[in-house]
Amino acid sequence: MILTKAQYDEIAQCLVSVPPTRQSLRKLKQRFPRYLDGVGKNGAAPVLLELANEVDYAPSLMARIILERFLQEHKETPPSKSVINSLLRDPSQIPDGVLANQVYQCIVNDCCYGPLVDCIKHAIGHEHEILLRDLLLEKNLSFLDEDQLRAKGYDKTPDFILQVPIAVEGHIIHWIESKASFGDECSHHAYLHDQFWSYWNRFGPGLVIYWYGFIQELDCNRERGILLKACFPTDIVTLCHGAAAP
Amino acid sequence: MAAVLESLLREEVSVAAAVRWIARSAQSSEEDAGEAAALRSLQPLRKEFVPFLLNFLREQSSRVVPQGPPTPAKAPGSSAALPGRPGGPPRGGRGARSQLFPPTEPLSAAAEAPSARRGGRRRGAGPARERGGRGPGSLEEGVGAESLLWAGSRRPRAAGSPGSPSRARCDPPNLSNLEEFPPVGSVPPGGAGTRPSRRINPTPVSEERSLSKPKTCFTSPPISCVPGAQPSVLDSSPWGQGPAAGCRSLQEEREMLRKERSKQLQQSPAPACPTPEPGSTLPTRTGSLTAEPADPAKVSSRQRLELVALVYSACIAENLVPNLFLELFFVLQLLTARRMVAAKDSDLEPSPGVLDSLESPLFQSVHDCVFFAVQVLEHQFQVLSYLDKGTLKLLAENERLLCFSPALQGRLRAAYEGSVAKVSLAMPPSVQAVSFQPETDNRANFSSDRAFHTFKKQRDVFYEVLREWEDRHEEPGWDFEKGLGSRIRAMMGQLSAACSHSHFVRLFQKQLLQMCQSPGGAGGTILGEAPDVLNMLGADKLGRLRRLQERLAAPQSSCGPCPPPSFPGCQGFFRDFILSASSFQFNQHLMDSLSLKIRELNSLVLPHPEPSDEDGESDVDWQGERRQFAVVLLSLRLLAKFLGFVAFLPYRGPEPPPTRELQDSILALRSQVPPVLDVRALLQQGLRAHRAVLTVPWLVEFLSLADHIVPMLDYYRSIFTLLLHLHRFPQSLKTCSLWKRVRWMSLRWIQKLQNMVWMACLWWTSTCSTLAVLILAQLAQAFFHNQPPSLRRTVEFVAERIGSNCVKHIKATLVADLVRQAESLLQEQLVTQRQEGGDPGQLLEILCSQLCPHGAQALTQGREFCQKKSPGAVQALLPEETPAAVLSSAENIAVGLATEKACTWLSANITALIRREVKAAVSRMLRAQGPEPAVREDRRGCSRACEHHAPLPSHLISEIKDVLSVAVGPRDPEEGVSPEHLEQLVGQLGQTLRCRQVKTWQHALLVCPCMWLITRATLAQGCYSKDGANIQGLLAFSPQFLCPPAEQHLAKCSVELASLLVADQIPVLGPPTQHRLERGQARRLLHMLLSLWKDDFQVPVPLQLLLRPRNVGLLADTRPREWDLLLFLLRELVEKGLMGQKEIEACLDSLHEAQWPEDFAEELATLFNLFLAEPQVPEPQLRACELVQPNRGTVLAQS
Repeated sequence: MILTKAQYDEIAQCLVSVPPTRQSLRKLKQRFPRYLDGVGKNGAAPVLLELANEVDYAPSLMARIILERFLQEHKETPPSKSVINSLLRDPSQIPDGVLANQVYQCIVNDCCYGPLVDCIKHAIGHEHEILLRDLLLEKNLSFLDEDQLRAKGYDKTPDFILQVPIAVEGHIIHWIESKASFGDECSHHAYLHDQFWSYWNRFGPGLVIYWYGFIQELDCNRERGILLKACFPTDIVTLCHGAAAP
Repeated sequence: MAAVLESLLREEVSVAAAVRWIARSAQSSEEDAGEAAALRSLQPLRKEFVPFLLNFLREQSSRVVPQGPPTPAKAPGSSAALPGRPGGPPRGGRGARSQLFPPTEPLSAAAEAPSARRGGRRRGAGPARERGGRGPGSLEEGVGAESLLWAGSRRPRAAGSPGSPSRARCDPPNLSNLEEFPPVGSVPPGGAGTRPSRRINPTPVSEERSLSKPKTCFTSPPISCVPGAQPSVLDSSPWGQGPAAGCRSLQEEREMLRKERSKQLQQSPAPACPTPEPGSTLPTRTGSLTAEPADPAKVSSRQRLELVALVYSACIAENLVPNLFLELFFVLQLLTARRMVAAKDSDLEPSPGVLDSLESPLFQSVHDCVFFAVQVLEHQFQVLSYLDKGTLKLLAENERLLCFSPALQGRLRAAYEGSVAKVSLAMPPSVQAVSFQPETDNRANFSSDRAFHTFKKQRDVFYEVLREWEDRHEEPGWDFEKGLGSRIRAMMGQLSAACSHSHFVRLFQKQLLQMCQSPGGAGGTILGEAPDVLNMLGADKLGRLRRLQERLAAPQSSCGPCPPPSFPGCQGFFRDFILSASSFQFNQHLMDSLSLKIRELNSLVLPHPEPSDEDGESDVDWQGERRQFAVVLLSLRLLAKFLGFVAFLPYRGPEPPPTRELQDSILALRSQVPPVLDVRALLQQGLRAHRAVLTVPWLVEFLSLADHIVPMLDYYRSIFTLLLHLHRFPQSLKTCSLWKRVRWMSLRWIQKLQNMVWMACLWWTSTCSTLAVLILAQLAQAFFHNQPPSLRRTVEFVAERIGSNCVKHIKATLVADLVRQAESLLQEQLVTQRQEGGDPGQLLEILCSQLCPHGAQALTQGREFCQKKSPGAVQALLPEETPAAVLSSAENIAVGLATEKACTWLSANITALIRREVKAAVSRMLRAQGPEPAVREDRRGCSRACEHHAPLPSHLISEIKDVLSVAVGPRDPEEGVSPEHLEQLVGQLGQTLRCRQVKTWQHALLVCPCMWLITRATLAQGCYSKDGANIQGLLAFSPQFLCPPAEQHLAKCSVELASLLVADQIPVLGPPTQHRLERGQARRLLHMLLSLWKDDFQVPVPLQLLLRPRNVGLLADTRPREWDLLLFLLRELVEKGLMGQKEIEACLDSLHEAQWPEDFAEELATLFNLFLAEPQVPEPQLRACELVQPNRGTVLAQS
């Protein structure tokens, strides 16, 4: 599914009528006492989740904030990120039983963030990499995968570096990156900055596959050396080493 | 002066004698006594002859209306006038061209003023240098007088005593004097009371140079001053673009000029020659193009023209003219002259037969001009034949040339056909990044992780900056410094460690070479034309003439009348980067790196002499060598230019020091500073080794960027002296002609092998006894001496590659084996160590001590490898016709060299290598093992029966998460999970866990409808084959969809699901009465989960979660509380060996620490007791578990 930017904007506008902002974050922090009031009355009620819904904030992020405050008040030193993360991954380790339940509730009810969702995202990404790998093998294109590259000490590692470059739709391709997401403006720019250009800087032009589509207008760096596709390309030209026809 | 010419014309003196007289002060014995006498009387005038001649020709041709711009040149030195017009102003001054060497005038302060004023925009070359660089004066004086030139002796005089009344006639031309050498495209401003010169002498080049300024440097003049171009980083920097004010003043001058001319036009009714409009860039746009036809029959005074052409040609051939391209340009102007401006009556009327007089004009018509030009061109054929292909074609197709000299035309055509010299007009290639090479770029090459990651970021910033530059540098108003300066400096600021600097410099230098090496990359399109110039040439001859002229007027990659040391195209980026970075450390590292690379490239083995066969078919090898040479030469010039730029950057200022004292003190200081690269030694070496052809071009680039003071420093002065000597006496290079030197491609090399230090000698020295060494080394040297150089290169190449491959091979075989051994040893050790509690550091030592001795095998294996591989490679690379004896010798030498290379490396490094690899393997294993290595089991694959239809892990996690969230709530009353769905889910989980490999993508699609949708489009295009032909082959290596993190989450989710089942917290869809799962169903599901935990999960399952307060607490909320499922589960865990009895007891124990409602705590204690009481229940019975305190009415368990 490739959308035009206009189409995408329309959808995005509908989905996010009130985007979460820093201001709302501040409000949240002030509301921490409300959480205490809430759970004081009824520990089993979904206080935290409702609080998150009320301020239009992701429940697992809300849980993180509350947890942070909780730990701060109990330990007096600001808790480290890794401690918080590990508690979010396994809420049963949270000393306060009520909070543990509240946090767990937030996490399983969050569809966008949190350790569980992160894991799903990661799994989807991994599965698509495997899919891409199989397609490459099927096409007899030899490659080095991320692990091999890391073992060799590459500082930036696309999913696959082709050992022999190919041409896709007339563009030379040295590397392929699989993205199991929709390529919207924001994520694409972040990827460009953190990954794609870095790959280009080291390995030359390459291909990005956004398996869930992308905004058409973002495919504007073809000439420069970054090609976007929403599926595995069909128009592949390979370097043939076979003997010339008699 | 004229007397000399006159005597020549009267044939009193032969041309040969005259040229000998001009060129050498000493009389040669073969000279005719009469001639000698005639010339001896003119001896004092000897030095002035060339300037006179050149001025004479300019003056004579002043009425010619050229196709293009007038020749930009004039020089001082000769005041000798024609007889009858002593000291008179040059006639025909109205013409487009003025003297090359104007009559001497006192050097006035006014004349110097513009020089000083413009100094700020000039690229920092000093006047002294340029003065020596080109001036005919220097030619006349020869080497002996050079010290005067290079000393810059006139600078103080000019600066200190501007009113110096007169100067010696033979003074070298002052190129910094704008009156004498006006800037291309500019007009000298009129001094007080002086009319502005009407001469407009732009050498049209390209649009970007249309307003160029004088370039006062060794190689030549102009520097661009693009209107509206960004001010440079440092406006005071001579390398920046000139300030806009400078351009404006130029415009003002032009405006003055325009007014002046319109005044003149009003005064004279007869329209003057259509002088090109000032500011117009190319002659193509200069208006009327009507040209008179030229006819050989109408040439007046042929003989006289022939004679003058002969003398002129001889001067060119003897390298007496200051700039050959200017002369060539001049001649082509004559060839392509449009018409003559009508002269005064007295000037017309040629007197036929009068040869002995200079009274009548030399060029009386276009016919004369063309005749003269063709004559000169005939004499200069050798020079012409080295021009590039395109120019040769244009010349050969010139109809005037054909008409006047069909023979020359034929030769030119032949030269064109045989020429391989091309001026590349290829489009600049788009930027290509320097590729990442693990050997030099991976972590092992950095001092710390931090340095490694910093450099990683820097590489990205560098290319980001480069891309932005590429996108925007042509936008009007964009400024490098403003746009990128701060980002560059921020990036440079991060380079703290010296090693990071060297990494960055390596990247910078490689990118520089990569982007700027090709002529296209260096200058963009040279003529601003599409690649194929020839195809664009129309049929009309005027168009062709114009093109021809433009071509010679426009600077080309290698020549052009005055190529400036500018930084065209991509080079500009690198220059501006250096300026913006303004980092001392960076500059120092860059200089080090550039110097090293220059030294390395400068030692390139020169190509073999051009094959002597004249059939035009060059040896293939030779062409390859030439190509390689071209690449090396280009690289050297580029590197040297940047070295010069960086090295002289701190000293470069807009103007030379104002006073003698200041200058002396600077000189005293600078003379103490050692040169950045010992270029003098390299030049001398180059000369001794007859390699000047390689050294001189880059040296000139290097020096072209020197600052004002450099030419006055003894060290550099000696270099300039040497260069001048070379310029003046090219024969000292033992080359056939100047041109063979200038056009390097055609140089005949005198290759001296004895100077080459050859690796083989070293090898033999180290392995054989002294006596044998000598003999063998000599033999080997002798062997290669009589073989084509390609043979030696092949052998060296093979040895180099095989040696390197050998090391890699050892790494991949021997070392890899040892690492595997280390891994298995480690496994054993880890088991014992866990029991004994050892230290991993010790472990490594033990392993290394066991394994390193095996490294000794590397040498043996290495020798075998080289022995096996080298001969085949040599054989494949040498021609098949190579005699057997030669082949076998070459093979043996290759084997020896390769072995030496490999074994030297291996014996020095093998132990360290094994150690490093083992260490890496150990840490990898320890990391992978994690804190609980024992839990790891060997990975299992799919069962034979597996059809790989399992759902994808992501899908499953998502499904289970949904169930969990419904169970945890909050939920709507109608929300729930059907028992069937739950069973199906747990069943699918089993499938996924058991399917460890994906058979094909098709199966993946089948199991995941969403993925089917994703790739539906692809499938529709029929890109996939239906059969899984090569699948079996892939299977072995195909990794699984299920990655450890996903599996861990699945494990955790399954435990959470079990907790919810035990606590009966899962809302069930169904009739309103039944909101709970039946006990039997729950038990069945728990059974399934237990089986999965036991048999299918390959990651540790966090079963202890079941007994965490949060999970057990779920039971607290249920009314009535039912404990039987929990008890059942615990017993099953013990039964299946999933958890130990002790472990469960510990968990239950810790549950007491949590705060519970009193009744719940009591029930929990009872459960604990029950669990302890019946530890070994062989078969978990679904029996009642009535706990104590039934009076509470709590049903703890039911059957």
